[in-house]
Amino acid sequence: MLKNNVEYSSVSRTPTELALKRKLSPKLKDLLVIAGFIAPALLIYGIFVVYSIGMTFYYSLFNWSGINNSFEFIGIQNYLNLLKDGVFWEAFGNNSLLVASSLFTQLPLGLIMALLLFSPLKGMRFFRSIYFMPFLMSTVAIGILFTFMYDGNFGIVNQILKAVGLGSLQQGWLGNENTAIWAVIATICWQFAPFYMILFRAAIVGIPEELYEAAMIDGANAKQRFLKLTLPLLMPTIVTSSILSIIGSLKYFDLIYVMTGGGPNNSTELMATYMYEETFTNFNMGYGSSISFAMFLIALVITVIIVTSEQKRKGAN
Amino acid sequence: MNIIKKISNMPLYALAIILLIFTGLPYLIMINSSFKSQLEFMTSPWSFPDAFTFDNYSMVLSSNFIRYFGNSILVSVISVVIVIVISAMASYPLARMKFKLNRPLFILFMVGMMIPIHTTLIPIYLLTINMGLYDTIWGLIGPYVAFSIPISVVIFTQFLQDLPKELEESAKIDGCGHFRLFWKILFPLLTPAVATVAIYNFIHIWNEFIFALVLTNSQESATLPLGLREFYGEFSVNVPGIMAALTLGSLPLLLVYLVAQEKIVKGIAAGSVKG
Repeated sequence: MLKNNVEYSSVSRTPTELALKRKLSPKLKDLLVIAGFIAPALLIYGIFVVYSIGMTFYYSLFNWSGINNSFEFIGIQNYLNLLKDGVFWEAFGNNSLLVASSLFTQLPLGLIMALLLFSPLKGMRFFRSIYFMPFLMSTVAIGILFTFMYDGNFGIVNQILKAVGLGSLQQGWLGNENTAIWAVIATICWQFAPFYMILFRAAIVGIPEELYEAAMIDGANAKQRFLKLTLPLLMPTIVTSSILSIIGSLKYFDLIYVMTGGGPNNSTELMATYMYEETFTNFNMGYGSSISFAMFLIALVITVIIVTSEQKRKGAN
Repeated sequence: MNIIKKISNMPLYALAIILLIFTGLPYLIMINSSFKSQLEFMTSPWSFPDAFTFDNYSMVLSSNFIRYFGNSILVSVISVVIVIVISAMASYPLARMKFKLNRPLFILFMVGMMIPIHTTLIPIYLLTINMGLYDTIWGLIGPYVAFSIPISVVIFTQFLQDLPKELEESAKIDGCGHFRLFWKILFPLLTPAVATVAIYNFIHIWNEFIFALVLTNSQESATLPLGLREFYGEFSVNVPGIMAALTLGSLPLLLVYLVAQEKIVKGIAAGSVKG
């Protein structure tokens, strides 16, 4: 470090730099420095995120196809239509189902996998390597792969059912209105359980070994150690994971788009797939904007609820 | 004693193996059927291949696949480099300087993590057309960078806050300006955070789908996820061929994962929990 400092002090400054230094008050100079450092990120973020959200709201007040010039101001009519739109509510219901299923399948499964990694089994490194792999595959690839696996004619799911004597259950899983959403949910679980495993593993690593040693000396058995020690200490991670899975489930799109496109008969429609369809297939950009702004509002409300309850919980502790 | 211990571990092993099959089987199926001829796949889709054939792979490689692959590499690498530079810069005043808008600006960036991409899709689509970047891979870089900024700024800011204050005090005494102080002294110390940011964002951008779907149209500017879907639409009867494409498409991340497993796992965990 010392060597570096010597180096810097010996660097000579250009005349303009010196002139700037004399002219500007230190406070103003600091402000310029701050602005200079933040500006590039703020500019890109401002244009593509902040400005875009504002424009989405603006477009949502118009009846507008997006391909011709008829741009008719209709106030909140799009939102009133949205509230009466059965497909939107079906999509919202499916999003809620995704939230629930991710909380009650992905998180527990991830926790079980993480706990297994700390069990005294041989070859755990190998298990861990394989367990994490689903998270690395692109969602599009997963969608295509699982579409084949669920296929009614040659899909492996049907083959396995036949092999275990449940041949009567064989069907085209994605073509059936009653099974499609569950087939997709199982796929999402496959994709994301490893992700939560990684989060839980990182948290368990952070628990001091001495706590377990002390608990063992006090005669706590494995079940007690888990319920009284591991689980409470994992609570912050469980909260974080829940936030991630709720927000993630609300904006879910890729897999459904590739596997079912929202069908059959809207049975797997999500807010995001419906918004895409209305905007880029049916060319109702005004209405599509109102759907996407509704998604933003829902995410915002949930975020505020989580953040405030988080703060209360922290305050209570 | 040892035997008893082994037996008591049996249920755990059973569970571990069931989960191994659950997570690994789709990969196995994908790789396995990619080595079959179309005929063999039709007669026995899920058995091990009788004769390994690489025909599917040469078919994929002679298609547009290389182009998709190149596009993905280009877009991901450029985006990640830009994200690292501008997010690290933005984090410097946020972490180490006092000013009125500090907290509001940090919150503004942080909120970005909660925003559904779809809420920005239509304006970005129109903006891209107006800028003349529609259907080019360059049009993807802006949105990719913008949506990677929140998590990156949070990671860098937290990391910078933990560095000792004396660093800039001694630099200031020596008359070292903010710019040099940041790039020459602080940035080199950020390496672990840079690795996290790079890994986390690279995986997400490499697999990104919706912006690529909306902002590009032709095969020339398609990225890998889009190309895979294109492939799927074009050769939907040729299942082994598609499986070969999926395998090749998944290979880069898998290879990197095998080499730098611990780093990637840590990067994902750190990136997510900070968020």
